[in-house]
Amino acid sequence: MAENERIPTVVADNAHIIYKVHSSASPGSGSPLASFKRMVTSAKASNVVEVHAVKGVSFTAYRGEAIGLIGSNGSGKSTLLRAVAGLLPCARGAIYAAGQPSLLGVNAALMNELPGARNVELGCLAMGMSPAEVKEKKDGIIEFSGINERGDFASLPMRTYSSGMAARLKFSIAAAKQHDVLLIDEALATGDAKFRRRSEARVRELRADAGTVFLVSHSEQSIRDTCDRSIWLESGEIRADGPTDEVMREYEAYMRK
Amino acid sequence: MPETAVAETGTELSPKELARRHGLTASGRLPSLPEYTRQLLSYRHFIQSHASAKMSSSLGSTKLGTVWQVLTPIINAAVYYLIFGVIIGTSKGIENFPAYLCIGVFVFQFSQSIVQSGINAITGNLGLIRALHFPRASLPLSTALVEIRNFVVALVVLMGIVLITGEPITAQWILLLPLLALQSFFNTGLAMFMARYGSKNRDIKQLIPFIMRFWMYGSAVLYPVTLFEDKLDGWQLALVEANPLLIFIELYRHALLENVTLAGAPTVLWLEALAWSLVVGIGGYVYFWRGEKGYGRG
Repeated sequence: MAENERIPTVVADNAHIIYKVHSSASPGSGSPLASFKRMVTSAKASNVVEVHAVKGVSFTAYRGEAIGLIGSNGSGKSTLLRAVAGLLPCARGAIYAAGQPSLLGVNAALMNELPGARNVELGCLAMGMSPAEVKEKKDGIIEFSGINERGDFASLPMRTYSSGMAARLKFSIAAAKQHDVLLIDEALATGDAKFRRRSEARVRELRADAGTVFLVSHSEQSIRDTCDRSIWLESGEIRADGPTDEVMREYEAYMRK
Repeated sequence: MPETAVAETGTELSPKELARRHGLTASGRLPSLPEYTRQLLSYRHFIQSHASAKMSSSLGSTKLGTVWQVLTPIINAAVYYLIFGVIIGTSKGIENFPAYLCIGVFVFQFSQSIVQSGINAITGNLGLIRALHFPRASLPLSTALVEIRNFVVALVVLMGIVLITGEPITAQWILLLPLLALQSFFNTGLAMFMARYGSKNRDIKQLIPFIMRFWMYGSAVLYPVTLFEDKLDGWQLALVEANPLLIFIELYRHALLENVTLAGAPTVLWLEALAWSLVVGIGGYVYFWRGEKGYGRG
């Protein structure tokens, strides 16, 4: 059977994600007296707003697929990725995943006080590599990130890096390991054109090694180049799910309106 | 659910069934305790390297660097000695009060810094937690490791102080080793507990300084332990003397000092210390493990 070759890695079954936001909008509720009263009576805070970010999303992702997530700002793309990574609970429904999905976001900081090279070691160990493996891969990771192209940045603390350099280093660390599911949230957007090409090539390699890659990006080109399938989210619901070309066409028509 | 009808065709299983068949798990399944412990063991290199990374980054911006590890406990002892030993002079009935005081201050400081840094173990590493998957207990463990290393240095300084103040080296000093092991185990559990508790209740951080000061006054750090026996009785005394830090401090004094009045018989104190270490060490670990999937959420 042909179906035998399609092994699912992520299954979302009617997933709803609701998160609570503490807003200080309503006057009076932020006073010490009001918060003390809430603590005593354990009443629900009046200034908690519930955001229904993802509303009943279902899809199945298979091994070797790269899936682009597109949609306008605030459509729930990042929230969905965080739920796949297990960082947000589903209010209803469920998301099943193979292994432990890794989420790569722009603000996924490592240790800012430490030099880039130490961050590489630490990050690799945190992904479960052995010290010998780390030693072997370290130079390759730093080279791939290209942070040493403008002098010896690997020995400088990460807080001195530009946002693009930090993002490149983080991607290089995460991409050094084979992941069952890799979630990339705009992490490549800050890199320059040269690094983007290199990272897109790496994403294709990861796919070829039977991993699944999810990519959130506002760069149509990078989705077209790396993803064969796309999911279009709008206000927390799936508007389209299919080959990138078709979904992109619909999406572009919608955005032009 | 008409699953049987669908299953026959073999192509359209329900999502739940499909996930089950291919061994996919809902993100956020809690591993069993033995499984978790095994995972944690395989991350020992990460824990070590995270601990030394934290140590070098916290001292990296100072000129003296690692000298501070030795300097901090010495200055700490000097301040307390100046106030309580020289100016106020509470040495009532204690033969070697400077050493008595320093032991209390150093041992208490060990647990105090564990509580203070344990509470940040999760909240201070959210970036790392969200980006990479590793057993989260690695973080409070590395915190504990940093503090244990600091304390070992402080302990060497402490032994120097004790010698300078005229105490002889006796066979009892060997008791420091099991004592260090017990308190480290106790403190690691404490760090785990604080890490989970602090990740859920951010407000507790504001209360910690007061809780710790209250705990310090209940641990006979700055005055002789016999003061409690004079002032308290019945359940109040029992409560104060059950304080694990008081027990640890008393045992360190027992090991290092020649003539010292303890809160109880050494054997009883040892048993109490053992009980506390097991309860807090294992309890803290289990408590932390149960929250494993919630760290980094929100």
